[in-house]
Amino acid sequence: MRTQQTPAIQVRDLRKSYKDLHVLRGVDFEVARGGVFALLGSNGAGKTTAVRILSTLLKPDAGVVRVNGFDVTTQAADVRESISLTGQFAAVDEILTGRENLMLVARLRHLANPAQVADDLLRRFSLTDAAGRRAATYSGGMRRRLDIAMSLIGDPPIIFLDEPTTGLDPQARLEVWRTVKDLTAQGTTVLLTTQYLDEAEHLADRIAILHQGRIIVDGTLADLKRLLPPAKVEYVEKQPTLEEIFLTLTGTNT
Amino acid sequence: MTRHFLGDTAVLLGRSLRHVTRSVDTVITTAIMPVAMMLMFVYVFGGAINTGTDSYVNYLLPGILLITIASGIAYTAFRLFTDLKSGVFERFQSMPTARSAVLWAHVLTSLVANLISLAIVMLVALAMGFRSSAPVTAWLSVVGILILFTLALTWIAVIPGLSAKTVEGASAFSYPLIFLPFLSSAFVPTATMPGPLRLFAEHQPVTSIVNAIRALFTEQPVGTDIWIALAWCVGILVVAYLFAMNTYRRRIA
Ligand SMILES: Nc1ncnc2c1ncn2[C@@H]1O[C@H](COP(=O)(O)OP(=O)(O)OP(=O)(O)O)[C@@H](O)[C@H]1O
Ligand SMILES: [Mg+2]
Repeated sequence: MRTQQTPAIQVRDLRKSYKDLHVLRGVDFEVARGGVFALLGSNGAGKTTAVRILSTLLKPDAGVVRVNGFDVTTQAADVRESISLTGQFAAVDEILTGRENLMLVARLRHLANPAQVADDLLRRFSLTDAAGRRAATYSGGMRRRLDIAMSLIGDPPIIFLDEPTTGLDPQARLEVWRTVKDLTAQGTTVLLTTQYLDEAEHLADRIAILHQGRIIVDGTLADLKRLLPPAKVEYVEKQPTLEEIFLTLTGTNT
Repeated sequence: MTRHFLGDTAVLLGRSLRHVTRSVDTVITTAIMPVAMMLMFVYVFGGAINTGTDSYVNYLLPGILLITIASGIAYTAFRLFTDLKSGVFERFQSMPTARSAVLWAHVLTSLVANLISLAIVMLVALAMGFRSSAPVTAWLSVVGILILFTLALTWIAVIPGLSAKTVEGASAFSYPLIFLPFLSSAFVPTATMPGPLRLFAEHQPVTSIVNAIRALFTEQPVGTDIWIALAWCVGILVVAYLFAMNTYRRRIA
């Protein structure tokens, strides 16, 4: 593995077009080791395109992209050793059971005890009861949890999560958030994309906004808040948020 | 090639064989159509077809075996297409896994699934009176030709599997392949066909493969047919493999 000094991710002047559609037009950012980096952007901003380039699934047209110190075009195999991708749409083998899915990934990552790895993750993601069922029978939330669990196998130092909570109910969403926090506690670097601003606010140490092919702001939440006029002090009665009401009524608040 | 190629291929082969055993219907469907054709040709048309041999099942079986393979490979295209659509393929590609291992696993699965379907068809043929007193070496040669033919057609199937936009598109390519044996010596001797058709029938790959298998089963000299048959199989295999790999590289670029 690389020394701790190299940043987890370096992107300089990254460009990518699909024919006439210039999706990334000179993207620059850097992600330090550890912590959560959130990439925000509206639909079609190019978040998935950027993540696919970072995970060696797509070749950049121009620019320098290094992940864990390795160049994505010339050292793709080293990059793949360093990362794990949870794509925007859950990628699980529907015909296999949850447990078999996990064991498959553990074997492909050449780990010594796939069964042990699978059972640990099933427990951690509350999937033990469904372990022997085919993934085709899972709900959207279960499928997403299995998908993320599959990505954690082998403890890669850098993890990409492309809209990990889209389509999840509030409880499943909180579970994903907790997982992300656990990961960072272990020193993993997480790059996540999201359209939910509260998600970025809640999880991210640094936030970058991708807009019209470029990163228009990049900084901590406090940095970003400073861009707007200072907050006025007002006294209001605090109303419970819809989320709090939902969680209370469904009895899933923890 | 990475050092994990064989191990990764074995793991992924285990995975897609599980797909086959969990949808046994695909293996059976593959066998049903050729079996139905065999029943129809032997019991309905067989009496009216004069092949110059005493047993029409014996005459027909080689062609039926090739039709079995041609219909079986459509499932390979289908499984590959499903892997691409579900994102599973991309997950494998983003992992430190030997990159072409996924393709090889699908190709080997096709071989296993087709051999099972062929065995089912063979059993039905035996029940219908197919007999051969050919020695073991001849049987082994037949199996070898069938394996080569399966591999050649499977690599063809990989191309639409990787590039199709719809499920139908992924399997439609196999219809002409299933049809090809009808324009060959598989069901009737080519001598009965009119000029241009006969010319085509006598020079297309299925005829030489059918003739070679038939000669092996009936202990006749295989002559040049077997070499032409092998040349066709290897030729198709190499060309299809190169095209498939090219499609694959463009797909993962
Ligand atoms: N393979 C492709 N061919 C052509 N255009 C594409 C392709 N993939 C993406 N695009 C286009 O590129 C643009 C960026 O897509 P991308 O998926 O990266 O956006 P995104 O920020 O992830 O959006 P979302 O929030 O909806 O997931 C979109 O306009 C999309 O239509
Ligand atoms: Mg996206």
